Amino acid sequence: MPRTLFDKLWDAHHIKTLESGASLIAIDRVFLHERTGSVALESIVQSGRAPRAPKSVFCTVDHIVSNKDGRGKDDSRMPGGDVFITATRHAAQATGINLIDVLDADQGIVHVISPELGIAQPGLTLVCPDSHTCSQGALGALAWGIGSTDAEHAIVTGTLRVKKPPQMRITISGKLKAGVSAKDVALHLIASFGAAGAKRCAVEYAGEVVESMPIEARLTLCNMAVEFAAFTAVIAPDIKTLEYLKGRKFSPSDEKWDMACEDWRHLKSDVGAQFDYDYHVDASHIQPTVTWGTSPEQAIAIGASIPKKGYSKALAYMGLKGGEALSDLEIGGAFIGSCTNARLSDLRLAASVVSGRQVAEGVKAICVPGSMAVRRAAEAEGLDVIFKQAGFEWGSPGCALCFYAGGETFAPKTRVISSTNRNFEGRQGPEVRTHLASPSVVAASAISGRIVGPDDLSNRTTA
Amino acid sequence: MTPFIVHSGIAAPMLRDNIDTDQIIPSREMTSVSKIGLSDGLFAGERYVKARDINPSFILNQKPFDSASILLTGQNFGCGSSREHAVWALKEYGFRVIIAESFGDIFYNNCVRNGILPIQMRAENISSFSGEVTVNLQNQTVNDTAFVIAKSDKAMLMEGLDMIGQTLIHQAEIEEFFTTDEAVRAWKY
Repeated sequence: MPRTLFDKLWDAHHIKTLESGASLIAIDRVFLHERTGSVALESIVQSGRAPRAPKSVFCTVDHIVSNKDGRGKDDSRMPGGDVFITATRHAAQATGINLIDVLDADQGIVHVISPELGIAQPGLTLVCPDSHTCSQGALGALAWGIGSTDAEHAIVTGTLRVKKPPQMRITISGKLKAGVSAKDVALHLIASFGAAGAKRCAVEYAGEVVESMPIEARLTLCNMAVEFAAFTAVIAPDIKTLEYLKGRKFSPSDEKWDMACEDWRHLKSDVGAQFDYDYHVDASHIQPTVTWGTSPEQAIAIGASIPKKGYSKALAYMGLKGGEALSDLEIGGAFIGSCTNARLSDLRLAASVVSGRQVAEGVKAICVPGSMAVRRAAEAEGLDVIFKQAGFEWGSPGCALCFYAGGETFAPKTRVISSTNRNFEGRQGPEVRTHLASPSVVAASAISGRIVGPDDLSNRTTA
Repeated sequence: MTPFIVHSGIAAPMLRDNIDTDQIIPSREMTSVSKIGLSDGLFAGERYVKARDINPSFILNQKPFDSASILLTGQNFGCGSSREHAVWALKEYGFRVIIAESFGDIFYNNCVRNGILPIQMRAENISSFSGEVTVNLQNQTVNDTAFVIAKSDKAMLMEGLDMIGQTLIHQAEIEEFFTTDEAVRAWKY
């Protein structure tokens, strides 16, 4: 019987069906961070249990560590944040797992460094108590977000109890227009399907558009699957995946690399495989897309107007009357960062827009690279100088500015254009009004002082 | 974990969609590496005005809903961040049942693992409940309305067992699986 990519990943990790009907699934890698992983590690230590395979467990410090340039090893702007960092460090050392600490050369946001270090690989199961773990499905891994209790279970037993989710395929055909990025595709899909639209399915992204995307763009696309209620997202590995992973720190090497490549060759949906939902999207309909409200589904094409009626709670929070054009909106903040859009390709795009220009007066603009490796690579190309000369702050890798942990943020009611993934009320700070967009739209808006795309910017400056 | 069989309590309606875990417990309220002490931060963004003054217009600050243990809500409840703190805060505050049109996947699983019963129902059923409501997991009913729940989730809630201990009963099969897997897929190890 023809099987889907997800079926193949599932079957290869299926230990047994339990009496209750759930499956016992083998877990190859667990990733943790100090925000939610610390609780799981402490609980393991307190219960007297131990990790089944400590070397398959990785922990980074990314969530509440300060994003300031030149931070110290325990620096957090969140009150009491240093306790999370030191507790995580001690628990990681006590349990013998791999710790990627604040000042390590490999430090960064979990979903940036896991692919970068070759920890995420095709054919592996990888879980993390973090909802954006779905990002890593971009490499053909079965990767999904869990809670802290399940993380503890996965670390101690090497397994999780899981009900097999339904499956959805989204085939994106045609060619993306110039200036349309993976972020725009993600926002477009969420707006079209709705924030609950993926119905807890394992979503396979397929089609010409996905095949032609570089790995970093695929990571961005898969990153936002959780924002429309997917169990996770997955993309079949191809030659780009292999080229991306070859020679990375934790990638297989020598004869193991050859064995892995042979296995990975089969990781794709068979012709005739059945999905519970099978959708087709025409890429030519996708425009640069920006959110206006407080759910990622409240997104519109950059030239469109905000709805006039309904949505009173969202409009009130966002300080909108309804009916405005995005370009009517003055911003006070611009942020490039997060597990969605803080990889080298994102920074290059944004830098190409801001190069030789100045951030508009009254706009606080910040760029936080997704990892130390991204930061070093960007600095080697001089991107940091471009950002700083334009008026951006240049930060150290972490998540704090995306989800506000009590420290770094923008002032209440500030309108912020952001390359992040969530525009929830209070997400980036109390009363902060977040508009989600691609790195190039964020960069163009920072320069303009209003929400615009790079094309509007060039028209304006040359006029 | 307390086993869940039958529960009666006041049902509080928060009938809107997409209540995310940042709304259930804002990140700034997660101030220690702990599963306890989180109920003060539950719905902090709506429950309080200024620092910690009670917001009288928030439903859980109004009688009889200030003693609610059942929450009625819309689509995609608990979407967003995986933070289990959302469930720990709801539980500590006193909620035992959440009835929604649909749930965020990670949140749903977190509920089941902490003794909160998540029930998926149609909107017209949810809005028909008010006042004191009786939820019977054994019979799968809310008052007289039936609901569906996966057998595995029902068992986990009704038994209230330590799941790590339960899984380790299968340890021999788990080890056998990994031994075979290592022979076949050496590149993973």
